[in-house]
Amino acid sequence: MRIGHAACLILLSLVLLIAACTDKQPVRQTVRGPGKPAYGDAIVVGSIGDASNLIPLLASDTPSFEIAGYVYNGLVKYDKDLNLVGDLAESWDISKDGLTITFHLRKGVKWHDGVEFTSADVLYTYRVTIDPKTPTAYSEDFKQVKRAEAPDRYTFSVTYGKPFAPALASWGMNILPAHLLEGKDITKSELARRPVGTGPYRFKEWVAGQKIVLDAYKDYFEGEPYIGRYVYRIIPDNSTMYMELKAGGLDMMGLTPVQYQRQTGTPDFKARFNKYRYPASAYTYLGYNLRNPMFADKRVRQAITSAINKDEIIHGVLFGMGQVAHGPYKPGTWACNPHIKDFDYNPALAKQLLTEAGWRQVNSDGVLVKDGKPFTFTILTNQGNDQRLKTAQIIQRRLKNVGIDVKIRVLEFASLLTNFIDKGNFDALIMGWTITQDPDIFDVWHSSKTGPKELNFIGFKNKEVDRLIEEGRSTFDVEKRKRCYYRIQEILADEQPYTFLYVPDSLPVVSSRFRGIEPAPAGITYNFIKWYVPKEEQVY
Amino acid sequence: MLGYLIKRLLMLVPLFLGITLITFTVIHLAPGEPVEMQTAMNPKISAQTRQKLREYYGLDKPLHVQYGRWLTRLSKLDFGRSFASDNRPVIDKIKERIPVTLSLNIIALVLEFGLAIPIGILAATHRETLLDKGITIFVFLGFAVPTFWLALLLMYLFGVKLGWLPISGLHSLGSEGFTPVHRLLDIGRHLFLPIAVATFGSLAGLSRYMRANMLEVLGQDYITTARAKGLAERAVIYRHALKNALLPVITLLGFSLPGLIGGSVIFETIFAIPGMGQLFYMGVMARDYPLVMGILVIGAFLTLVGNLLADLCYALADPRIRHGG
Repeated sequence: MRIGHAACLILLSLVLLIAACTDKQPVRQTVRGPGKPAYGDAIVVGSIGDASNLIPLLASDTPSFEIAGYVYNGLVKYDKDLNLVGDLAESWDISKDGLTITFHLRKGVKWHDGVEFTSADVLYTYRVTIDPKTPTAYSEDFKQVKRAEAPDRYTFSVTYGKPFAPALASWGMNILPAHLLEGKDITKSELARRPVGTGPYRFKEWVAGQKIVLDAYKDYFEGEPYIGRYVYRIIPDNSTMYMELKAGGLDMMGLTPVQYQRQTGTPDFKARFNKYRYPASAYTYLGYNLRNPMFADKRVRQAITSAINKDEIIHGVLFGMGQVAHGPYKPGTWACNPHIKDFDYNPALAKQLLTEAGWRQVNSDGVLVKDGKPFTFTILTNQGNDQRLKTAQIIQRRLKNVGIDVKIRVLEFASLLTNFIDKGNFDALIMGWTITQDPDIFDVWHSSKTGPKELNFIGFKNKEVDRLIEEGRSTFDVEKRKRCYYRIQEILADEQPYTFLYVPDSLPVVSSRFRGIEPAPAGITYNFIKWYVPKEEQVY
Repeated sequence: MLGYLIKRLLMLVPLFLGITLITFTVIHLAPGEPVEMQTAMNPKISAQTRQKLREYYGLDKPLHVQYGRWLTRLSKLDFGRSFASDNRPVIDKIKERIPVTLSLNIIALVLEFGLAIPIGILAATHRETLLDKGITIFVFLGFAVPTFWLALLLMYLFGVKLGWLPISGLHSLGSEGFTPVHRLLDIGRHLFLPIAVATFGSLAGLSRYMRANMLEVLGQDYITTARAKGLAERAVIYRHALKNALLPVITLLGFSLPGLIGGSVIFETIFAIPGMGQLFYMGVMARDYPLVMGILVIGAFLTLVGNLLADLCYALADPRIRHGG
């Protein structure tokens, strides 16, 4: 008895002690006006995963790139309307034959340790990227460079073997400090944990698995950022992150569709946070294995697309937070053809197309039959992505209505990749791609990329598409490129090698004390250094 | 005794090698390689790049060569470097995480035993009463309720609604400037919920075990004798019964030792605590072979040492073991 009492007493006093030590949550009053821009305060951002290596050349994960994006600069960057503009390069010239790009670098830019940035840094970054000893995944675009030179401190030029349109964008890669890395083994460099860049924020602290802290760099060449500190907190669970946000422990995170639609409507939440919504640079698709005779006839693929109600998927899976995809480009970007004739939801047409393709009599299960074989196939998707599984289930139901029997199999990503995709051992799969800013789609759609472990794993081969892809990447003329990509989208819409499903929305939420946020096609963080918190609302 | 010790120590070597060989094979049998996990679905990576990365990590060598190399390094107590893109020494990564997991699990263990034993005694001495039934329901609630759900509920109550406790992590923002005492309290506040959840979840098993032991002892003849001699009930229970009922429970404590460094993926993830569970889970998902091997080897080593110590204690207590075996 006594032991029990004692334990209870100890526990109770512990609770009281801890509760008594509670610091008050920072009080946030919401002033609706823009307030006066002021320096100071901090932003606390939530992330599911920790960074791994802050030398971006050696990293392969999103958190590392996110942090590196604040610490380093490239020669070029995308502006708010997704046009390429100068970053460390003030301007550039492209020679008439499209082979040589000459960058004119900014003068007076300082690394965070005070040393001046020059063309030697660019040359070093290029050399270390293509060095076979560097374990990097990003050397491909640079291997096309025939010659790289730094004629003076502020000029850097590269010559390509043939005109290569994605080349310019590839120079948006983060430039590394030569004076700290040259002659050393980059894989063992302490810069991986303590980066030194030219960017708006300088590295302060990294507590593994907990947080990464950056401080505003006062001498940044575009001006000192208003927000004095950037704290990147690692919270691996989305529900926890959301509660941290509500409790005031976070200022910014990405919401899920259900959080955006159902859990953020209270007056209190609306007063404390601003929600944003814009199309993400990604799409989800149902891809067919074109080597499989079942999908060889394009009418079958057209029929499946016609039988799927994409709007229903967007409503059911994304709570309406997305839009229908008709091709591999983000709607509203210059390469996206807005006049695409895709197949809308039309089960009658689906049935007609299937009949034309020879799928006729129905067996006792209600499944179509051709040459004695029932129309049944399996959709594979990866584990851990609930949206894809639900999408598969909705598709399964819709296809049943037109006489197609679909089975669903969810696999761990590595297993899906090694045992099924790499071996071409699948009927159809639901996956997603990230849409890059440059519209070159060589790796996913060119017929030379259908080999094992390559990205055209559905085996799509089309001579006209091949020619157009090659043409599109070998010119810097945007109008010419546009014509190529518009035509490719027409072909894809007719061929339906994928049923393009949806482009989800990005749903960031930011504490309403931050001002100066201007949503644009590029998202919201492109002008982060201009965000500010009026003096009277600063909490940190 | 010395002979016994030497024999036991010598037996550890093949056992340890066997464990490493099996784990090494099993982890390599899982589909997907570290390089693949890092580069899959990335249009910018060619087959040559992939090959280059494989060579860099030594993955192009046959499995037995890789195992040989790994073992050679291990003999120099070098756990190698992580295959994750940070490429840091495995031992550094483990060192960073182990104190958190260790302290969390030790506190939880102490609380668990500290609460389960009195609860078990209380239930046994009040057998079949309302109190006993109430306790049963309470401890089984902890056992049955999913950890993540309870955790989220408590976070919502204490973190969001009441604002008493921090929701996740280990430190408050700006805790670098705190005084040492304040810092310690800060960590305590952060650990309160995770420890409460961990303890509550594991109370059931231990307290029921304690209750059963106590009941068994209370049914023994010597207890009846003690009672017949007119000893006070309290003396009967705490002086005579408790000691004997506790012995099997103490054995359980020994079994818990290797688990102390294991950590739990679920609540380390929910509470954003950077512990070993999280590290191991991420290592497995990324097929980070050296890291996974490193953690498993340390775990295996501790288990073996734990077993050895237990056996030695038995041997010290029971001469038949040290002479007979």
